[in-house]
Amino acid sequence: MIFLLDFNPIKPDFGLFFWSLLTFLIFWIVMAKFAFRPIANALKKRAAHIQDALDASKKARQEMEKLKSENEKLLEEARKERATILQEAKEQSNSIINEARDKAKSEANKIVENAKLEIEKEKLTAIKAVKQNVGLIAVDLTEKLLGKQLDSKEEQVKFVQAQIDKLHLN
Amino acid sequence: MLKKILSIILLSMFVFGLNAQEHGSHESPNGDESHDSHHAFDPAESAFHHISNHNVYSIGPWNIPLPCILYAPEEGWSMFMSGVFEPSAEHHGTGHKAYKKYVLDKGIVKHVADPSFPSEEVEIEDVVTREEMVDGKKKDVSYVKYNGKEYKLDSKSTMDGGVFGGGITSFYDFSITKNVAGMMLVALFLMWVFIRVARTYKEREGKAPKGIQNFLEPLFLFIQDEVTKPFLGDKWEKYNPFLMTLFFFILGLNLFGQIPFFGGSNITGNLAVTMVLAIVTFFVVNLNGNKNYWEHVLWMPGVPAWVKTILTPVEIMSMFIKPMTLMLRLFANIVAGHIVIAIFIGLIFVFGKSGQLVGASYGTSIVSMLLAMFMMSLEILVAFVQAYVFTILTASYLSAATEEAHH
Repeated sequence: MIFLLDFNPIKPDFGLFFWSLLTFLIFWIVMAKFAFRPIANALKKRAAHIQDALDASKKARQEMEKLKSENEKLLEEARKERATILQEAKEQSNSIINEARDKAKSEANKIVENAKLEIEKEKLTAIKAVKQNVGLIAVDLTEKLLGKQLDSKEEQVKFVQAQIDKLHLN
Repeated sequence: MLKKILSIILLSMFVFGLNAQEHGSHESPNGDESHDSHHAFDPAESAFHHISNHNVYSIGPWNIPLPCILYAPEEGWSMFMSGVFEPSAEHHGTGHKAYKKYVLDKGIVKHVADPSFPSEEVEIEDVVTREEMVDGKKKDVSYVKYNGKEYKLDSKSTMDGGVFGGGITSFYDFSITKNVAGMMLVALFLMWVFIRVARTYKEREGKAPKGIQNFLEPLFLFIQDEVTKPFLGDKWEKYNPFLMTLFFFILGLNLFGQIPFFGGSNITGNLAVTMVLAIVTFFVVNLNGNKNYWEHVLWMPGVPAWVKTILTPVEIMSMFIKPMTLMLRLFANIVAGHIVIAIFIGLIFVFGKSGQLVGASYGTSIVSMLLAMFMMSLEILVAFVQAYVFTILTASYLSAATEEAHH
């Protein structure tokens, strides 16, 4: 066991103890003051900074979401309104067209009716005229056929006319 | 990534290779007279030597001199560089010279108490170690040979009170030893890095971390958020710097000891260092102990009086046992890792018969290197785990000491 003589790790000596204590204490003081406290503070500050940034971004996102949903709502409303407007316009146009059609129909009917009345009037006038002329023509024809003038031509005409009027020309 | 891993493997192979060569060439006659070049290699002795604290910093074949600050009650203080001993590379830093009655034995300063030994600088012949019976116990004693006469060498005073073979001797060593130098280097390096990082935090306020910040911030936040805050609650800011100091100091020293070919300093694997950490922790815990804590230690509330008489001694004992376990746990883990790696490397010389069987050496070196590499990666994990364990246990003791009464 010769080696045990110089195996000093298990034999704490005064020098190493003294220097270790001194080094450790100086290290502790220096590191605490100039390294560990400033670093811990910087980390704390940074953590707070990051937390703030995260919170702010979350808030912004929420606001944006709110805006977005609002926009969507507005858009939906606009869409609905457009649909109703379109619907109304369609209905209105339909009613206008129908009205116009009805009006035109009645107008046309009226025109036709009028025309019919006119025609009837004309026809009556024409028949009247024909009837008048037919008397004369008949007397003329009869004169020609008899080769002589009938006495009292006017009487004859009157007589024929009366006969003709009795006729129903239709 | 793969390229990086490969280059790290190659580098460590190279480094181990160099270390192996160094060992092969100077595994030396260890005190015995026969200067046989093929002296049997003792892996345990080699391992124990390499994890010990020395008064020279040996990197490869170089012995970097360190300041010696020595105090002998009879002679007073002496200060000089360990270079005056002219340590030899072949004898693991055994000095060729004695200076002011001090001798360097395998990198460690020893003192000649004999008043007849010259106190000036003298050439010495050899340093030998023998097993002797001292006070009825077997003990190793080393002697310096000078002028054909042997003088007994005293090892430095230690605080173990003879339990581990130390005790108060004829001198005290306050030198900047290898461990002290390494510790100062690590402390300065960490201070430099952390102060720079702290400055970066100030300059880059509100920005993402950059560079070394990226490496340290997860560690820092891990200790802060997983150790300090859960244990200490709203008092975390008061104790955070102390726990951080413990963690990074221990981690830095653990990792420093794992740098291959850089002395392999076994700093946190030295009882003196872990004792300092444990004692500081003991004081921080007990000086911050509140009324509630002392009440629990001295007169446990809520238990019958006869139980209290048993509990109080137990609690007082546990007050001291807690830091003691901190001290021993860190020490044992780090020392074990260093010994295992040293022994794996030592296998090369065991199987190679200290260089006689070159083929066997090469063969074993491949296996040894793989084993040592595995151990080293494990040791890096251990470095982190032990630093973490020390810190979290300290945090739990602190939490127990500062907890407010809640019943």
